[in-house]
Amino acid sequence: MSKSQPTNESEASADTDELSEEASDEQTANKTKGAQSVVTALEKAEVEITFGVQGGAIMPVYDALADSDIHHVSMAHEQGASHAADAYGIVSGKPGVTITTSGPGATNLVTGIADANLDSDPIVSLTGQVPQDMVGNDAFQETNTMGITSPITKANIFATSPDTVGDDVGTALALAAEGRQGPTLVDLPKNVTTSETDVEPSEPTVPEAYQVPPDEADPHSVEAAAEALAAADRPLILSGGGVIKSEASEQLREFAIEYGIPVVTTMPGLGSFPEDNALALEMGGMHGTGYANMALSHCDVLLGIGTRFDDRLTGGIETFAPEAEVIHVDIDPAEISKNIHADYPLIGDAGAVIEQLHGAMPGEPDAEAWRDRTMEWKATYPMGYETPQDEAVKPQFVVEAMNEAAADDAIVTTGVGQHQMWAAQYWTYTEPRTWVSSNGLGTMGYGAPAAVGAKLAAPDTQVIAFEGDGSFLMTSQAIAPAVRENLDITVAILNNSYVGMIRQWQDAFYDERRYESDWDWGPDFATLAEAYGAQGLRAMGYDEVPDVIEEAFAYDGPSVIDFHVDPVADVYPMVPSGGNNAEFALEADHL
Amino acid sequence: MAGPAPEDREKPTGRRNSQGIRIDPQAEAEAKPRRTVISALVDHKPGVLAKVSGLFARRQFNIESLTVGPTVDETMARMTIVVEEPEPGIEQAKRQLRKQVHTWSVREVEGAIERELALIKVDGHDPSGVAALAEMHGGQAVRADDEVVTVELTGTEEEIDAAIAAFEQFGVHEVARTGTAALASGTRSTA
Repeated sequence: MSKSQPTNESEASADTDELSEEASDEQTANKTKGAQSVVTALEKAEVEITFGVQGGAIMPVYDALADSDIHHVSMAHEQGASHAADAYGIVSGKPGVTITTSGPGATNLVTGIADANLDSDPIVSLTGQVPQDMVGNDAFQETNTMGITSPITKANIFATSPDTVGDDVGTALALAAEGRQGPTLVDLPKNVTTSETDVEPSEPTVPEAYQVPPDEADPHSVEAAAEALAAADRPLILSGGGVIKSEASEQLREFAIEYGIPVVTTMPGLGSFPEDNALALEMGGMHGTGYANMALSHCDVLLGIGTRFDDRLTGGIETFAPEAEVIHVDIDPAEISKNIHADYPLIGDAGAVIEQLHGAMPGEPDAEAWRDRTMEWKATYPMGYETPQDEAVKPQFVVEAMNEAAADDAIVTTGVGQHQMWAAQYWTYTEPRTWVSSNGLGTMGYGAPAAVGAKLAAPDTQVIAFEGDGSFLMTSQAIAPAVRENLDITVAILNNSYVGMIRQWQDAFYDERRYESDWDWGPDFATLAEAYGAQGLRAMGYDEVPDVIEEAFAYDGPSVIDFHVDPVADVYPMVPSGGNNAEFALEADHL
Repeated sequence: MAGPAPEDREKPTGRRNSQGIRIDPQAEAEAKPRRTVISALVDHKPGVLAKVSGLFARRQFNIESLTVGPTVDETMARMTIVVEEPEPGIEQAKRQLRKQVHTWSVREVEGAIERELALIKVDGHDPSGVAALAEMHGGQAVRADDEVVTVELTGTEEEIDAAIAAFEQFGVHEVARTGTAALASGTRSTA
């Protein structure tokens, strides 16, 4: 028999059977398998839902799950499992957990792990692995999962013993949630999960060497930062995803409103500050509002909280907030001065540091004239679009119509592309954890599986996924588990028969050569949805938009609406990659 | 979309350099690279070196050398990393190292005692000349084969560079160098 045949699994378990026979009778009563320890560790950490796909090397864990109250959601593809877990983590604030097999089960997760890594989302991936004596032999369904995921995880652990595997899972769960959140992974060789143990997993803890970041920043630095902020003529807050992750949105609101400081959000920071407040300048950066980018470009003190100053936000480093002293609040010291030099580095938890700043502010900045300027910019550079009724529906109109019809606290998930930007621009976000998107990695296909995870995290909240036709095609199979779980979600496809953002860039930067961006070969999405067992709807003109939205919202289960929108609508404002935020284009002629 | 075109807008006057530092007109220059020795105490476990070296590679830090070996505490290993980077890069390297789950402590070692081991295979037509030169550089000829003499040397990176240059007069066949190991001087702890 070849060593690389999966039938070796039975040999591995035969070995452990012999070992167990040597154990005394009273010990046998307490004995359990490594796989049971994995499940016990999940239960101890109060994990309620897991996402995954069954497979050979992970079968022992699935077998142990069968006796647990944990609700396992079988996804149609592992990438969908990782996106669903990611969205679950964003919406619930607790780590989302995936359970998948070795080899392709692990590699299919990789996109979702990388996505979580760039957005600092807490997910824990439990991957099956071939038995330890076959590791490195190119066994059936073997990959070097540790090696592949090392650069995109906060930590990954190769489980080596049934006695410690439960603690390995606990460690992964603790690490994913501690400090700056992020993805962790435990690789579970089959012999570890099938072998017996009498060791009960401990409470989840982080490793001893891991430096748990302090909650509060150095008080002297806080004082200096507060003085700079209070003395500013043109103060501005840049609120990032870290504000939401640390549950600091309320503190941020109080702080900004008390001191009258306008607020720009990053894309992951959408919802951290209510966009219907007069101080809100909404999203900044590449497709941010004109007024947000004018404010970023002219402020003299910038308080960046929980943001890593991503290049989509900053544009060219040389022209980013060029006149501003920067106060940077972040829980991860490695983010300080990584991209933008921090004049006042404040390392700590966003909520705790905002409280500290609040206590240290010597007074309110004299910023009335500055606030007036931001209001003038709002009037000068309004967000808007034309809606000639005899032309194709404008995608922005669909987003606004959905927003109007949806509940105030509805959660929006998105794929990646033009539709994502319209969903960011034309939906009014007022609450944290209502924007669930692939911000850093820009993963097309994120929206539909994310809607599954979001709905399971918040069953009583309305969930709407915006997708593009190209984006949805990548993970449309997520509708199958949505039907199986009877999840009341609405997927709104802004279908322009293009991979639209590529088409827009080709038009702008590649002499309008629309090579391979014309996707007129896509399926009939309403029929596809019905094939999955979901409700499929279609809207071709303005007059049909309100009706299909009403029909989708009224349906108890997943609905997919195929909105046929203007194929050549473009996303503006726009700052070209690496460009100057102050020179945002409002139309093609400005590029 | 409504609003003035870029050229018709009010313009900010400031600027940052490529390191994200707001430019003070008095000090326009960007930070120049400097060489430094970073020492890190890490768990002595499989995969830790790969994680650290991967981290450095991914971030395009310019590593001069990276050595690793056990310490008096057998559960720990010491990594000595020599980097040449501008100031923000050095700070970033230390912070990235520090945040790794298996890192206990990280320190930039100032005034370090630095040593590197080199084995140098020199052409053997003048064995006594090679041995004499090795001694002059504080090393020794450790083996003489038919056509080559192998010399062992320890010293700072610069001393080894100088010795190798000197051996060129005989002809250098091969060189193996370990990279720098370093400890803080006196009673100061290294990391």
